Amino acid sequence: MFDSLSSRLEGIVKRLRGKGRLTEDDVDEMLKEIRTALLEADVNVGVVRNVVARIREQAVGARLSEALDPGQQVIKIVNSELTAMLGGETLKIHYASRPPTVVLMAGLQGSGKTTNSAKLARWFKSQGRQPLLVGVDLQRPAAVEQLRTLGRQIDVPVFSQPGDPVETARRGLEEARRLGRDVLIVDTAGRLSIDAEMMEQVRQISSVLQPNYTFLVVDAMTGQDAVGVAEAFHATLAIDGVILTKLDGDARGGAALSVKEVIGRPIAFASTGEKLSEFEQFHPDRMAGRILGMGDMLTLIEQAEQAFDKDQAEQAAEKLMEGEFTLEDFLEQMQALKKMGPLSGLMGMMPGIPKEMKDAQIGDDQLKPIEAIIHSMTPLERRKPELINGSRRTRIANGSGTTVGDVNRLVKQFAEMQKMMKRFGGMAKQQRGKKGKKGGRVMPPMGGMPGLPGGFPGMPGGPGLPGQGLPGMPGGFGPFN
Amino acid sequence: MTFIYLVLIAAVLVFGVGVVLWNRRRGARPAQQRTAAAPVAPAAPVAPDVAAIAESVREAVLQVVAEAEVVHLDGEHHPEAVDLGGERPTFRSRMAKARSALTGTLLGIRARTGITSDTWDDLEEALLRADVGVRVTDELLNGLRTRVKAKEITEPGQLLDALQAEMVSRLDGADRSLHLVPGAADEPNVWLFVGVNGVGKTTTIGKVAALQAQSGVSVLMAAGDTFRAAAAEQLTTWAERSGAEIVRGKEGGDPSSVIFDGIERAAAKGIQLVLADTAGRLHTKTNLMDELRKVRRVAEKGRGRVTEVLLVIDATTGQNGLAQAREFGAATNVGTDGSGVTGVVLTKLDGSAKGGIVFAIETELGLPVKLVGLGETIHDLVAFDPTEFVDALVTLD
Repeated sequence: MFDSLSSRLEGIVKRLRGKGRLTEDDVDEMLKEIRTALLEADVNVGVVRNVVARIREQAVGARLSEALDPGQQVIKIVNSELTAMLGGETLKIHYASRPPTVVLMAGLQGSGKTTNSAKLARWFKSQGRQPLLVGVDLQRPAAVEQLRTLGRQIDVPVFSQPGDPVETARRGLEEARRLGRDVLIVDTAGRLSIDAEMMEQVRQISSVLQPNYTFLVVDAMTGQDAVGVAEAFHATLAIDGVILTKLDGDARGGAALSVKEVIGRPIAFASTGEKLSEFEQFHPDRMAGRILGMGDMLTLIEQAEQAFDKDQAEQAAEKLMEGEFTLEDFLEQMQALKKMGPLSGLMGMMPGIPKEMKDAQIGDDQLKPIEAIIHSMTPLERRKPELINGSRRTRIANGSGTTVGDVNRLVKQFAEMQKMMKRFGGMAKQQRGKKGKKGGRVMPPMGGMPGLPGGFPGMPGGPGLPGQGLPGMPGGFGPFN
Repeated sequence: MTFIYLVLIAAVLVFGVGVVLWNRRRGARPAQQRTAAAPVAPAAPVAPDVAAIAESVREAVLQVVAEAEVVHLDGEHHPEAVDLGGERPTFRSRMAKARSALTGTLLGIRARTGITSDTWDDLEEALLRADVGVRVTDELLNGLRTRVKAKEITEPGQLLDALQAEMVSRLDGADRSLHLVPGAADEPNVWLFVGVNGVGKTTTIGKVAALQAQSGVSVLMAAGDTFRAAAAEQLTTWAERSGAEIVRGKEGGDPSSVIFDGIERAAAKGIQLVLADTAGRLHTKTNLMDELRKVRRVAEKGRGRVTEVLLVIDATTGQNGLAQAREFGAATNVGTDGSGVTGVVLTKLDGSAKGGIVFAIETELGLPVKLVGLGETIHDLVAFDPTEFVDALVTLD
């Protein structure tokens, strides 16, 4: 819905071609776009001001390299600045010499404290620890019940008792010692940062527990208020790290940057889905791209991993590269693709998709006629589209409520794709040959994709981040290893 | 695993090429009428279209509803309908903290002798801080700039007043009543509550149930959130508090069937209103949004009729709120155009968050805010009042 920074900068960049150096005016113009992009990502106004000032310092007078266009260079500056701001020190968990290591979870209502307490417990368990969950949210109806259910799912004991939250926390700590659990995770009630009474209560809980880590749970969808909330909690509790939740949505998550900037504590974990396993340590580099709407390749790949059946997809890909990919396979893959979320969102996440295509206002509904056409074919026709003659075409068109022209177009496009993919496959194979037994992960070079039929103006070598395009995906290909 | 990636590209590519060509052809031959199932991608920017469509839908709904002798639950029209017990909190008092964050900026504007470029910067910052968003902020300020240029406005005080009036007028004229259409005894109204995780759907239902029960409406809650652990327990607690009936399903069960059962039970017992909870879901999860589509469809299958689909939004939500409203509107829509959401509930407005995203949601999508949460108690859930809201946000103490 919002334009990515690269498309915002495109117009300005065109005028700059051939200049050797960015003047102050050029930079000003770009900074305005950068500012808007950051604001639309919900980065706090004050933080935006600081970021923009820092970027200006780096950008004015920056010598333009031959290889990159000025837009890419500015984006690179912005991206590395954001990555640096989001990252810096990472949080390393040091376990208390005298167990248990106490973790206190705090945050606003609805940020996801209870769910993430369980996720964190599961994470500690995967690190070989024995956590105990304590529920001191005695306010929200059934909050403790929710924690108990989650505890059962991950096989972690849960302690709670009715009455006073501070007392419950104290008893929880004793319980952990008694049971010999070495990590104690305390889920507190959600509270508004301005509720003095509730803030006092959580301060008391904190002083009773003397936690080793206090995590602030922050919703990635939070707007400008994230800063105020973080400051208030930090002033009361001394936050050690942030857990960023609901990153599986399409929020740009500028709140992460704001919070990091004002309390200066690292974002330790990110929650990326509803399942209890969807919880991981935070990747600043991905977040930077996301805030800028620049395409979040790794997230995309992870989503793909979830949506596609692995064996089926591999088979399909083999076929694709051999040129044996049928319409049936295509339909299957298209349906899997739909599971990954709205297509416009997917396109947004893919670097190197031409602006023209991103602007095409793609809705999922537009897949429907394609699906309908394929559904109206016989299995044989799906495998051998070349069989489709005039009468079959008419039948298919009638059956799918489309026109003969539409059917033709689909068949033709499909044939083009097959050809292209075959060429693609050839390249991939060559590379695989070179890599030998080292494990067949192959990235075909995408930059020089042969002129596609129709709308693709030659696929410029990735209008995205330099180095974020396909060739040479930088390091962290984690989920694939 | 690279293969997945390849397939993905292939699929997206083919699809993308198709769409580009498709659109191009359409652009070339706009006059040709087609009866095909393929929806036409609008060539013009979507926003105004959606707003226009939403507007016409709303009008249509209004008309239908008016014909059906709507009981307005709006306190003004029928003071006896909702017993707010005289305890209705004011927006001003509950939003004091939200306002205080803007006070410094607004004071600065007022203190200047004239309208300078700093004035505009400050105004912009104040609006952005309230989560009003870049687009709406620009629109608001551009309108004011024109008037300042024309010497219509010359003093900072006038400027702030004009801004306030402009903000209120953007929210004016919407139908904010909750629709409870009287019908046969075995034909309950169904109010469906939807939204992303953690915005306060279940709590809102609990409060709405209590308020409706107090005003003499018989209420049944359908615990359609079968996903979140203990969501049904939470709702049960609320049911006990308000004396409402509750229908629950198995954890992990099919939400549509729980809600359907709820409606049938209400119909059998002559209960007037079914409040249907749904699990929180991110609007980007296609399968979960499909589930919601089904819930919406099935809710209409039985003897009840869906008279409200309320989208619950957390006031702390930033610009993503617009995407939420759009997607939930699409998923709960039973027709072909417009939004299925009939109103917005803005929760947690008693914190430091300012809820400015409602300006974009109302103006761009035409979805009226109907209720706001100004605190924890039942009586803190009140009808939305644009004038009070804007006043609480920008008028200095």
